[in-house]
Amino acid sequence: MRNTGTLQVTLKNDCEVVLTRVFNAPRAMVFEAMTKPELLKRWMGPRGWSLIVSEIDLRVGGRWRSILRSPEGKEMRMSGVYREIDPPERIVSTEAYDDYTGETVNTLLLREENEKTTFTCTVLYPSKDVRDAVIASGMEHGAAECYDRLAEVLEARAGLSLESRA
Amino acid sequence: MDLMFAALADPTRRAILVRLASGEASVKELAKPFAMSQPAVSKHLKVLERAGLITRGQDAQRRPRRIQGKGLGAATEWLQQFREFWGGSFQRLDDLLEEMKATERKKERRKGRRKES
Repeated sequence: MRNTGTLQVTLKNDCEVVLTRVFNAPRAMVFEAMTKPELLKRWMGPRGWSLIVSEIDLRVGGRWRSILRSPEGKEMRMSGVYREIDPPERIVSTEAYDDYTGETVNTLLLREENEKTTFTCTVLYPSKDVRDAVIASGMEHGAAECYDRLAEVLEARAGLSLESRA
Repeated sequence: MDLMFAALADPTRRAILVRLASGEASVKELAKPFAMSQPAVSKHLKVLERAGLITRGQDAQRRPRRIQGKGLGAATEWLQQFREFWGGSFQRLDDLLEEMKATERKKERRKGRRKES
């Protein structure tokens, strides 16, 4: 499939970001890798970070909790509650970071075709205020020199989208 | 920030930004490729200007518009956070899935052999 391995990040509207990625595996396998702590620990985290704690109570109303650690020892804590679970196709869950008050609602969808799985995750921010707070905290974390990425944003095809070989 | 997202929500305005990313242009120059009247283009430009996405150049005659990098920075930064977090993660997930598939195949083969005997 043409888009295998390409992560697409699209700004859908004021409060929603959509992530899309194709995986070269059946969706039952992708679902498993995304919902089992021992498997999640093997892949989740930005470069250099590791998932040191992963707890998942995969049922409606059940909680999940993750702690990521950076190479410098900085920790990022996230947690949430499962709202809908329909294996191996769909999960709706909330997500909050310990260092800010806002909570997002994430809708994960897995579609399978020819033993390849299209992953779509819609991240919904509750309000523009929360979204702005998240953006502001991202800016504080240093990477303000994003002018060189400007061209990438502008070259987006449908909507404000970014693509990367990742 | 709200003004910026509202400004970016329109496809014509995004197209104008793409055009301006390759260099400043006057209202007249912008109206041509978009097959729009100059007042219509001016309206879009006003929205982009209010959102801090473009500024006016020095030339009093042409009043060329140019892109203002700072305005888009925040939106770019937001999407970039997702890209960094998930891009690297998914690369590792690819490897894990390959491993899981190999394990699955081994299991299938073993099952197959058992059936034969």
